Amino acid sequence: MRTVFKTSYDADIDLFRHRAQATWYALLLALLLVLPFLIDAFLLGEATNVLIWAIAGMGLMLLVGQTGQASLGHAAFLAIGCYANVLLQERLGLPFLLSFPLAGLIAGLAGAALAVPTARLHGIYLAIATLAVAIMVDDIIVIAEPLTGGVSGLFAPTITIFGLEIDRYINPDRFYWLTLAVALFVVFIYRNIERSPLGRSFAAVRDSEISARAMGVNVAAAKALSFGISTAITGLAGALMGHFAGIFNNETFNIVISITLLLMIVVGGLGSIHGAFFGAIVVGFLPQAIALSRDFASQAFGMNQIAIPGLESGIFGCILIAFILFEPMGIYGRWLKIRAFLELFPFYRRDMFRRQKSYLKTERMR
Amino acid sequence: MSLLEVKDVTLRFGGVTAVDNVSFSVLPGEVFALVGPNGAGKSTLFNLVSRFYDPAAGDILFEGASILRNPAHAIATLGIARTFQNIELFEQATVLQNLLVGRHRHRRSNPIAEMLFTPFVRAEERRHREAVEKVIDFLDLQAWRDKRIAGLPYGVRKVVELGRALATEPKLLLLDEPASGLSVEETRDMGFWIEDIAGQMGITVLMVEHDMGLVSQVSSRVMALADGRRLALGTAREVQTDPAVIEAYIGTGHKDGAG
Repeated sequence: MRTVFKTSYDADIDLFRHRAQATWYALLLALLLVLPFLIDAFLLGEATNVLIWAIAGMGLMLLVGQTGQASLGHAAFLAIGCYANVLLQERLGLPFLLSFPLAGLIAGLAGAALAVPTARLHGIYLAIATLAVAIMVDDIIVIAEPLTGGVSGLFAPTITIFGLEIDRYINPDRFYWLTLAVALFVVFIYRNIERSPLGRSFAAVRDSEISARAMGVNVAAAKALSFGISTAITGLAGALMGHFAGIFNNETFNIVISITLLLMIVVGGLGSIHGAFFGAIVVGFLPQAIALSRDFASQAFGMNQIAIPGLESGIFGCILIAFILFEPMGIYGRWLKIRAFLELFPFYRRDMFRRQKSYLKTERMR
Repeated sequence: MSLLEVKDVTLRFGGVTAVDNVSFSVLPGEVFALVGPNGAGKSTLFNLVSRFYDPAAGDILFEGASILRNPAHAIATLGIARTFQNIELFEQATVLQNLLVGRHRHRRSNPIAEMLFTPFVRAEERRHREAVEKVIDFLDLQAWRDKRIAGLPYGVRKVVELGRALATEPKLLLLDEPASGLSVEETRDMGFWIEDIAGQMGITVLMVEHDMGLVSQVSSRVMALADGRRLALGTAREVQTDPAVIEAYIGTGHKDGAG
């Protein structure tokens, strides 16, 4: 096990705990940067898809994992980001470099506005309120047909940045790098939030609203800010999703997407950036894994192609149940345990990660 | 001039009058203790000063100005910090992070600068950390600094909560039963800390406590409450020997000492 000898407060403020950790992440980044030269266009598209999901996941993670607020409506903000981005380009003729951040801003403002009436809601009630928003946005897209194209949807234009054309099909490598850049930017912002007073105020709201208030945290403002940042990030992911899909309508961002997002971060591991990426890998590659095993099954048993509708969501549901029962801390939590086991071998104990029961809470004043 | 002045404050919950026309004032630098049987309204008084409750009548002045216009989260900014009877720490955060939340009232950076983590934010973080390390040294929390609250023993949590309140650098510290659930040794440590907080740091302390040994050791003045009303006010000895207080605790007909 590595013991970090801290000689200044900066050791606790810096992004990486020690040199070796920074080196590993630099290697990972290098691998991600050269990925387009290593794999074919199809797999690169899948990798891009995973990155987009990871961005959306980080957005939701900030809200659920960091601030402890539930949301079943994040597909709505994917949609808002996606439509805002495309409409700003098509209707106002803005370049992508402007429409993209503006789309994030619009989604963020919409999220912060949602936080105002829902500031007093908790848990299941907040989940229901956000669910209602997701359904509403779905309907609004259909109703506002002149603007949104209704059920027939919209086409996403080719992105042009300083004369450089970026199209998912023509040059998937450029689109991948663009997505990677956005993902890195979001990771950077997320890490900064975690290590600054902002992140601590979010964690305070998550763990005890009453003592957050006693420490001078404006709980309603912290929630609104958390909703805003979260939905802004999700909006960015939505904009990328639109360009990735090429054509989209209200069905692209239906309620199942909201639920998938939430399940994704739970499976990945709540409260960590790693969790968003692990979850995105599961969500991104699960359909491929099912398709592969289906091919394998039909060959092995000599059957014709088996097509079972709903198989994908069924398997995903089973995985989720298994995680909640056996590993509530998600894939990242499992990884931490495995790492501790290897580092401490042979001194690892089973109860090392067991959480102690919390004591009686002061009667809530609501 | 008194630091905190509670004037004729009344609070009712439905038909129950939890605090009934109570007045007292806390002088700068003193340790003022509230005692009384369960349900006397001591914690309710705390929640009134913290602005978690609105009084039905009366006024609460801090440094001469009414605080009733301020929302609860602005109270910490004024310089009033508190602990809770049943410990309200941020369970999934480390001791260090909990103490750093205490620095929230000294935050000078805005959210956008924090998201980009500008050099100013880093300098601020160092400054907050220095202040928190002073508290850690004072309360001997070095060994627990990077531990999560969720796995800490009860006695340590109690101290961390005191530390979080101290990290705000308050003028007035409200301690809600600082010694409840602590062992004899831990209670003694708590007593010394409270003496030092008032004596060396010059922080005024208002506390609720049942342990009369601790109350007599640290407090300059004591107020006894029962059924939301003020029974007696004076030194610990005066209050303990006050007939009305004895009656409230033991009931009438205590002549044979059997209670």
